[in-house]
Amino acid sequence: MELTGADIFVRCLQEEGVEYVFGYPGGAVLHIYDALFRQDAVKHILVRHEQGAAHAADGYARATGRPGVVLVTSGPGVTNAVTGIATAYMDSIPLVVFSGQVPTHLIGNDAFQEVDSVGITRPCVKHNFLVKDVRDLALTIKKAFYIATTGRPGPVVVDIPKDVTAHKAPFDYPKTISMRSYNPVLRGHPGQIRRAVDLMLAAKRPVFYTGGGVILGEGSEALTTLTRRLGFPITNTLMGLGAYPATDRQFLGMLGMHGTYEANMAMHHCDVLIAVGARFDDRVTGNIEKFCPHAQIIHIDIDPASISKNVKVDIPIVGPVDAVLSEMDRVVADSGRAPDAEALAEWWRQIDEWRAMDCLKYDRKSKLIKPQHVLECLYRLTAGEAYVTSDVGQHQMWAAQFYKFDRPRRWINSGGLGTMGFGLPAAIGVQLAHPDETVVCVTGEASVQMCIQELSTCRQYGLPIKIVNLNNRYMGMVRQWQEFFYQGRYAMSYMDALPDFVQLAESYGHAGMRIDRPEDVEGALREALKVRDKVVFLDFITDQAENVYPMIPAGAGQNEMILV
Amino acid sequence: MRHIISLLLENEAGALSRVAGLFSARGYNIESLTVAPTEDASLSRMTLVTSGSDEIIEQIMKQLNKLVDTVRLIDLTEGPHIEREMLLVKVRAEGGELRAEIKRVAEIFRGRIIDVTDTTYTIELTGAGDKLNAFLDTLQRPLILEVVRSGVSGISRGEKALKA
Ligand SMILES: Cc1ncc(C[n+]2csc(CCOP(=O)(O)OP(=O)(O)O)c2C)c(N)n1
Repeated sequence: MELTGADIFVRCLQEEGVEYVFGYPGGAVLHIYDALFRQDAVKHILVRHEQGAAHAADGYARATGRPGVVLVTSGPGVTNAVTGIATAYMDSIPLVVFSGQVPTHLIGNDAFQEVDSVGITRPCVKHNFLVKDVRDLALTIKKAFYIATTGRPGPVVVDIPKDVTAHKAPFDYPKTISMRSYNPVLRGHPGQIRRAVDLMLAAKRPVFYTGGGVILGEGSEALTTLTRRLGFPITNTLMGLGAYPATDRQFLGMLGMHGTYEANMAMHHCDVLIAVGARFDDRVTGNIEKFCPHAQIIHIDIDPASISKNVKVDIPIVGPVDAVLSEMDRVVADSGRAPDAEALAEWWRQIDEWRAMDCLKYDRKSKLIKPQHVLECLYRLTAGEAYVTSDVGQHQMWAAQFYKFDRPRRWINSGGLGTMGFGLPAAIGVQLAHPDETVVCVTGEASVQMCIQELSTCRQYGLPIKIVNLNNRYMGMVRQWQEFFYQGRYAMSYMDALPDFVQLAESYGHAGMRIDRPEDVEGALREALKVRDKVVFLDFITDQAENVYPMIPAGAGQNEMILV
Repeated sequence: MRHIISLLLENEAGALSRVAGLFSARGYNIESLTVAPTEDASLSRMTLVTSGSDEIIEQIMKQLNKLVDTVRLIDLTEGPHIEREMLLVKVRAEGGELRAEIKRVAEIFRGRIIDVTDTTYTIELTGAGDKLNAFLDTLQRPLILEVVRSGVSGISRGEKALKA
């Protein structure tokens, strides 16, 4: 039997087991919307802006490990989604984005709502396709899901002209697929793994430095087992938080520009660095010339192009982190050897000294609400079990520092692109994926306004997201840089003309609270956490002058931190 | 160092723009780039000439390999190989003496005159880049009306072959 392209599209999504499509209709995708309307296996979530669709699908993907699916119309539908696609690309999040396109005979004519979607998205996707023939549609969709979710994951765009969705073809969805030009590595090289283990066992001052790849590659368990067996200290990047339990003694906290003193000092002084699913980003390395001057480096990554890109490594291992770490653990166990206990004890003694600096301390007696206090309180009241999304700025760094994630996929933020506006729509995807869990969006009054329209989406689907707005009336992170590096000339960083967030939330049918005294923080959070049918917008009026510490200024080495 | 990289790509619309986009986005050098279909209609072959430090070339190879359309690639300069480029040059050729002189130089370089008018010659020459450069240097600058170079293509010597 022949089906129209639109029906083929829906059948493909059903075959892929897609639960939600995040999207927004328009002329070029009306056949597809009609096909979606005639079934109910795949549910469509209507956002209020296509950027929100991409972020929501992204949040869903980060929280579940399954691909997020987006559907937008041609032209402005696609261009609106680009920020969300680029966000997913920078953090290697599996998304499949379907865009409508003008009919094939009009392509290239500057037709109404035509844009070169494949061209516009090319630099920020793992791959993209333009489907010109309905007979290619099913196979292309299969490839899109396969490419998005395997190897180093990433977004894939499939651009579908309107006539293709009307034309008919037999439907046949391939069960499996292989592509001669795309073959992700399935295991690490055993010889390299043995060399790495030898180096690790000989180390005197080792440290694990692990990133988002461990979470994407489902490697948390293997990482935890191996790290515990060896007794080595471990630090996570902003993207890697939750891959190793943050409450564990071996955990040094986050590293990098706003990482802990002990994490950065351990990096600087280590003799063996084991980098896993991390990419030596400039926010982590600081000045590359001064990065880990004494270390021999092992780097495990699924993407060969990540290895020796920024920092030359000594033992590269290309492979899935989960498989490689498990194999390493087996090799260590079978060898009957153990790390140098004496050297390790000395190393830990040194690290404990750094730790005793208590670099995250802040004024607990302040009459103003300290953002750190709000986050500590949130952590305590949610028993560390919440899914926390975030935007970009100081609040993001404080959330990363003060909310201790013991499990992967709970900390959801735009680390690579640093996209303000990510937090709220991402929380939509997370809450839909986990309807019974507590989902908190930690944001700032500037970031949250970038996708504030999604409050309407939250209302429509009854999503009980808790918005923790750390309202300092400033683009705080910008203000901090201006204070440190521009002699306090606060150009355009003051957030004037703010809305009354309580009324704003209420006008969307949600609840709002404004909290301006430290003693009210806990009560407000307690009350908000009880609400299960709508958003609670908690507007915390915080200390405007608070800065994020510690800080490695741009261009400095990891041992050159500003502490307070 | 100068490197000649050969790629087999899926013959898909947009494959070329992916390669070109990669080079511009990452700020890599590109000296020449040629692309054409192969005996297998589903593949096209691209030859890229670039230069950079060993680290950069390693990154270029990895990034190219990462493109979903890339089936195989090789850095020809890593082994014995043959490099060829075709040059078409149109020169002003007026007066018997000058015409004879140009013809003689072309012959020395094993070039062929492929188009003749009362006032011009068009010469075709094939070889490695430095041979083409040497030929152009030999011609008197003011005489050159137009230069067209095909860009480099290359192939490994011996048994080695780049196959899907
Ligand atoms: C879309 C976008 N535009 C601009 C920036 C640059 N930027 C980074 S942090 C920041 C300020 C964020 O302010 P706010 O959301 O209030 O958070 P705070 O730093 O005060 O916690 C800005 C403008 C960005 N990251 N994203």
